[in-house]
Amino acid sequence: MNNIFVYCEVTEEKLIADVSLELVSKGRKLANELDVKLEVIVCGDGIKDIEGILYPYGVDVINYAKDSRLFPYQTLPHFSIVTKLFQEKKPEIALFGATSVGRDLAPRIASFLRTGLTADCTTLEIGNHTENKTGKEYKNLLYQIRPAFGGNIIATIINPDCRPQMATVREGVMKKEIVSAKYKGVINFLKVEDYTKNDDFCLKIIERHIEEQKINIKGAQIIVCGGYGMGSKENFKLVHELADVIQGEVGGTRAASDAGMTEHDRQIGQTGVTVRPKLYIACGVSGAVQHRVGMQDSSKIISINTDPNAPINKIADYTIIGDVLEVLPKMIKYYKANTK
Amino acid sequence: MSFKIIVLAKQVPDTRNVGKDAMKEDGTVNRAALPAIFNPEDLNALEMALHIKDNIKDSTITIITMGPSRAAEIVREAMYRGADNGVVVSDRKVAGSDTLATSYTIAQAVKKLGKFDLVIAGRQAIDGDTAQVGPQTAEKLECPQITYAEEVIMVNEDKIQIKRRLENGIEIVESKYPCLITVHGSAKECRARHAKYLMKFKKAKSNSELQELGQDYSAIWNEKPYLKIEEWSAADIMAEDSRLGLTGSPTKVKKIENVVLTQKESKILTPNDEDINNLMKELISSHILG
Ligand SMILES: Cc1cc2nc3c(=O)[nH]c(=O)nc-3n(C[C@H](O)[C@H](O)[C@H](O)COP(=O)(O)OP(=O)(O)OC[C@H]3O[C@@H](n4cnc5c(N)ncnc54)[C@H](O)[C@@H]3O)c2cc1C
Ligand SMILES: Nc1ncnc2c1ncn2[C@@H]1O[C@H](COP(=O)(O)O)[C@@H](O)[C@H]1O
Repeated sequence: MNNIFVYCEVTEEKLIADVSLELVSKGRKLANELDVKLEVIVCGDGIKDIEGILYPYGVDVINYAKDSRLFPYQTLPHFSIVTKLFQEKKPEIALFGATSVGRDLAPRIASFLRTGLTADCTTLEIGNHTENKTGKEYKNLLYQIRPAFGGNIIATIINPDCRPQMATVREGVMKKEIVSAKYKGVINFLKVEDYTKNDDFCLKIIERHIEEQKINIKGAQIIVCGGYGMGSKENFKLVHELADVIQGEVGGTRAASDAGMTEHDRQIGQTGVTVRPKLYIACGVSGAVQHRVGMQDSSKIISINTDPNAPINKIADYTIIGDVLEVLPKMIKYYKANTK
Repeated sequence: MSFKIIVLAKQVPDTRNVGKDAMKEDGTVNRAALPAIFNPEDLNALEMALHIKDNIKDSTITIITMGPSRAAEIVREAMYRGADNGVVVSDRKVAGSDTLATSYTIAQAVKKLGKFDLVIAGRQAIDGDTAQVGPQTAEKLECPQITYAEEVIMVNEDKIQIKRRLENGIEIVESKYPCLITVHGSAKECRARHAKYLMKFKKAKSNSELQELGQDYSAIWNEKPYLKIEEWSAADIMAEDSRLGLTGSPTKVKKIENVVLTQKESKILTPNDEDINNLMKELISSHILG
């Protein structure tokens, strides 16, 4: 069997992006299970201590396309390099971050190689498959697991016949894990001229402004999440007020951000951010599976909901059956009165 | 010079307003109970196309939508806002397409339309949030792609400058034609229907719609060809059957599982002062708060 590949993104600070290190960690485990090597591909220049950073996560081969024209990211040169490398090395599995880079690049590669790509997976596993009609058996496929549209359902997607098996995963879904500080791999420099065409640099980047992320709920220890049940943008201010007094961050559901109550950057869930705070307070959130996969590992969950049967209540440690407009002011008031 | 813009638009179930009867007993979606809408970001894409048409004389906007024949509604809706014409790609063979098969089908339809300058799609469709069809169509058309477009900074007959909305900032890029753009939801909202176009296109119909209504339009189409919403089958777009629908989709659903939530040991509280104060007290004393 051939190797597993992870496409590593390079940040503004010329570091390997967290989401890529998370995928490398997952890739290492999958590689152990399949008894294959883990390779990464990095396109860029001036990356600080690339070997020292990547090997400890269990990387066996770093394919490094080193060229200053490869940063900042542009679709076509990266596309040409990765597809050519994949045509040579024929990976079994290829993983990409579900970021603005990964979601731009991975589909174009999958299209060229005529293979499948599953977006926003929440779990990746190895498993077997028997084709119902033909009885054909497949060993060691990548199970690409993600919530499916509608209801409380999780779908396992497979790609039996085409290679690589490709998937994107959001930041924070997988865990970053160092294998050993002593782990050693090899580096393979790619000659960029052999992997790209001049035409690939046809797009001109005129201007770039990259800011520090203003909203950062990923690492917050306390999160107050408002759902569609908050009712309006005006009422949603109560979520901010509670978060402010208890020093937490504000999150939202997709329904709340679609309705304009809060920013899309605050969306928690399968197609938003994955969080694991100490305390998660869900205010008027029903707890659809796409939302739960992004918060179910919180240590303590409080749900405030008028509907006693809302699914979120089932995973909550405390359920307050009541109106958010009544409950939130009471929580704010008590906290203000009883802490310094 | 005539400038040719193609907009990709999908009719989707409205996953944002999932009502009580939207789920069936077995936990799957009752598609019939969900209203079918114009995918929101495809409306942003249409607005961007209309804006470009405002700036480049002699532009035409053609809508391509793949779906069941009722998707002709999408084409009409786009015409009411200023699109010139549209095509519904509809065939039993395309049912069950994943994004690879979808982009193949759409790219075949684009090729049938002939030379184009711009293809504009939404960033993603809300029924899957995959955001794959745009880049995959660009690859099949072998043209550059500009994803997450928020604003047209400059446009003329030779080149276009686009502001892109990234996770943590913006970028302005310039491209020649042809190219494919996917439009982010933060871009300008689509203009409203225009009374003039509403009058003009109200009676625009596709063949299957006419069949269903038992009407014959041959005379009307002769006189007013703009009232015809094209309908193309797999054969019309010269598609290879092996690349369509389920057969042409490398990804397969192995299984669908209902998530059964096992009730945690959850404390049920009332909104009374006492319950809430006790809860807050407990959180503070156990140092979860404060
Ligand atoms: C492809 C795809 C991807 C998705 N990704 C995500 C994602 O990443 N994150 C996400 O969150 N969703 C996602 N969704 C949407 C998800 O399926 C749900 O629609 C969404 O999470 C529902 O949000 P909600 O709980 O705020 O709204 P609703 O489901 O409408 O729930 C509102 C809740 O508020 C309660 N309520 C109403 N009034 C009050 C009141 N006055 N006081 C207290 N409670 C009240 C109601 O009882 C109800 O339980 C996705 C969907 C799709 C199709
Ligand atoms: N069936 C379809 N018909 C027309 N356009 C589509 C179709 N599916 C996807 N698209 C276009 O591709 C974009 C991304 O879709 P998706 O990859 O499904 O999230 C959409 O916003 C549409 O512009």
